[in-house]
This record gives sequence, structure tokens and C-alpha cells, in this order.
Amino acid sequence: MKKFMFVNRKAPFGTIYALESLEVVLIAATFDQDVSLAFIDDGVYELVKGQNSKAIGIKNHSPTYRALDGYDVEKLFVERESMAARGLSEADLLVPVEVLSSAEMAALMAEQDVVLSF
Amino acid sequence: MKFGLLVSEGPYTHQASDTAYQFAVAALARGHELQRVFFYHDGVYNATRLTEPPQDDRHIVNRWSALNAEHKVDLVVCVAAALRRGIKDEVLAPGFRISGLGQLVDSGIKADRLVTFGD
Repeated sequence: MKKFMFVNRKAPFGTIYALESLEVVLIAATFDQDVSLAFIDDGVYELVKGQNSKAIGIKNHSPTYRALDGYDVEKLFVERESMAARGLSEADLLVPVEVLSSAEMAALMAEQDVVLSF
Repeated sequence: MKFGLLVSEGPYTHQASDTAYQFAVAALARGHELQRVFFYHDGVYNATRLTEPPQDDRHIVNRWSALNAEHKVDLVVCVAAALRRGIKDEVLAPGFRISGLGQLVDSGIKADRLVTFGD
């Protein structure tokens, strides 16, 4: 079993990276690997509660993060500095996460076999 | 060493595909194995045979096809990313094949290193 970390760095809308990252995560979850997700930079916006994308005509994929639990993907890490810089706290997020400092996040990344950054 | 490559950007707009190609050629020249090149996001546009760059420019698509012809490198285009961008079997350049995201995860499992070329 390998350790896969999916690093989400982009806002949920504006580009397709967040959505297509989620699609890989859902597939990876079926491969019986050790899967975790990291949210840094604008990627922290992907987890913000109450997203409504109706006005831009793009599907809101954020409810899928709540379904990850059902795929046994339970390790979601959010970088504290990225949240703080954007005025966000854990209470703003739609799923339970573990908040890490950037140093702790770096240490966790160093432990991974495969890091895919989107 | 056994390498898997992920190409996440389209040709010409972004250098990612060029850099991935140069990496692939250099790795093979050094005797390494290329387990697979996986094309995702706009990277799927690397696979269309409708590509016609000006005569004096590099032909990014044909270059990948030649890599497959000469070294049997497995060139895989993500089906979900491809379909939403109009890339189908009928426009695939020689040497490419369309398959699922499982092929990317498989690369992560089987290759010693999975190297991303993207933004």
C-alpha cells in the first residue's frame, strides 16, 4: 500500500482543477491505498460551507467533500496559515478537518509516496 | 528507475508538455523505464491528431506519437477529461489510448516516481 496525498491549491471555481482533483480522489479511494487530502493556498476555499454557484452556471461540487467519508477517505488536512490569511476558521468549513501548520504539512508531505498537486 | 509522468496542461499554451517530453527523452536515454504518460485536465489536447502547428514549429502531438512508436511508451488520455473537451477515439493521434483515471493511480502504485508536469 502506498501513501497518496492530493494537494488542493486552487479555488473551487475559476478553473477546473478542484473538480478534476476530486474525481481522481474518488477513483484512488477504490484502489485500497492510503489516501489523504491537503488544502493549501486558495485550495482552502474548496471546503468553505454554503457555496452557491448558481449565478455563474457552474455545478457546485462541494457537497462531494462530505461524501468522502463514505469512500473511507477521512484524512483531510488544512494549512493553518492559508486559512488565517483568508480570514477563515474551522467553523467555516463543511467537513471535519485536521488543521496543521505549514511546517507540519511539509513534514507530512515528506512521508508520502505519491503527491499529486492540483 | 521506473517513471510515471502526468501531463496536466495543453500543448503550446503551456510549457508543461514540452518539459514532460524532454524529461521522457532524457530518462529513456539514461536507460530508465517510462511506465506510462498520463494526460489529464487540458493535457488531453496533447492527443488530438487535428493539431497542425506552423511548419517551423515543433509538432508536440507527433512527437508523443513517435515516442510511442520508437519506445512503446504507454500514452493514456483520461476518458472523463477527454470527453468533456471533445477528445474521442476518432480524433486520437497514433499511439495514444483513452482510459480511466485508474491508470493514473496505477502509475502511482507501480512507478518508483510519479512526476507531474503542470501549472
